[in-house]
Amino acid sequence: MPVNTEDEADRAQRFREAALPHLDDVYTLARYLLRDATDAEDAVQECYLRALKHFDTYRGPAMKPWLFAILRNVCRAEYARRASAPSTAIDDSSEGAEQTPMWHEEQQTPEAELLRERDASVIRRLVDALAEPFKETFVLREINNLSYREIADAVGAPVGTVMSRLARARAMLRSAWLAEQEQVK
Amino acid sequence: MTCDEANILLHALIDGELDAGHARDVEAHIATCPSCAAELAAYRQMREAMAKTDLRFKAPESLRQRIDAALPKPAAKPAAAPSNVTPLASRRSVLRGFAMGSGLSALAATGLIAVVLRNGDQQLIESEIVSAHLRSLQPGHLIDVVSTDQHTVKPWFNGKLDVSPPVIDLTAQGFTLIGGRLDYVDARAIGAVVYKRRAHVINLFVAQTSSTARKPAKIETIQGFNIRRWSDRGMNFWAVSDIGADELAEFGEKFEAAAQVNKEG
Repeated sequence: MPVNTEDEADRAQRFREAALPHLDDVYTLARYLLRDATDAEDAVQECYLRALKHFDTYRGPAMKPWLFAILRNVCRAEYARRASAPSTAIDDSSEGAEQTPMWHEEQQTPEAELLRERDASVIRRLVDALAEPFKETFVLREINNLSYREIADAVGAPVGTVMSRLARARAMLRSAWLAEQEQVK
Repeated sequence: MTCDEANILLHALIDGELDAGHARDVEAHIATCPSCAAELAAYRQMREAMAKTDLRFKAPESLRQRIDAALPKPAAKPAAAPSNVTPLASRRSVLRGFAMGSGLSALAATGLIAVVLRNGDQQLIESEIVSAHLRSLQPGHLIDVVSTDQHTVKPWFNGKLDVSPPVIDLTAQGFTLIGGRLDYVDARAIGAVVYKRRAHVINLFVAQTSSTARKPAKIETIQGFNIRRWSDRGMNFWAVSDIGADELAEFGEKFEAAAQVNKEG
């Protein structure tokens, strides 16, 4: 079988067309995983450079889960760096639980409140506070819109594991939401 | 169905990920269980609220430009590059190529496992089979249905696959059935029947194939794992384990012999 040699720039162009449309998705996941805009940008850039390097071995089935799998690895390196750095812990988010709740409506059942609640920053904060690996599974499903199968691909776990993580994640988010309610009252 | 099962499966129901059979099962449970019905309603509402909220982040334009600038430019390409296909056509053919593989390459690219890709789909699939085997060995990943009873494991696969994997108890032959699992190989759901030989796990992957011809067994070694592959009655089988090739051959022969008896019996 003849080896298919390919022009470097051609390859880069194919990569651009295949991978760059997913930039917002990759960036979104990076923001949730790293909780820091600058770190997220660096991670995304590193992810794209690594992806280009391995583009030859990419066989699908979908671009997004593949990019996410690479991004996760980049983020893992970043976690390790933070863990060894003296001052910055991973969970030193300024949006800790002690922060004032960002909305103040009262006398609502939690579900009705959920329905009414539109404040993205509150939901983002609650999602952000989820523990791993539940947050990651949740973000991939609810925000990046991956199917269970694609999530399984991206995180390298069986679909059954994805399913149970997602159930846990939603339960955690729901009780965090209810806890916010209590705090407001 | 128990409430514990329903509490996990209702999420798959909300997400439209359940096949018709399981969706019916969950809905039947929910129809008779007010507490699960309340759970489902609450999660549906939560999901709606989330759907109405923009939780995505937009990548800064500067990031897009930085990445774009870091990629080699087409302009750098020598003008004389011969090409007898249009860019679109070549891109399509590449995309078709993508559709054949799966997450294997992602794993390879991310350095989780080192895989040497060889030519041919078959070997690609076998590499994936080995990856699936490796994944299954991670804590908590081995078994979805835990049972040494073939009459428990076999029905568990119903409705989950386009094939009903033969589940044969080989305990008497020295291979203990310990359960079953749903796995994914080559972008398709695949059944895995799990056996143990002493401390070693044997994953028997079963997938449907269009060919009903019986193909004799072949043993290969990939990344230090032995794979015994054979086909019978419209199903492909791959037995993967770290046990020796001779023991894996013994497993395959006993399985095939037992399958033969089941068919005739």
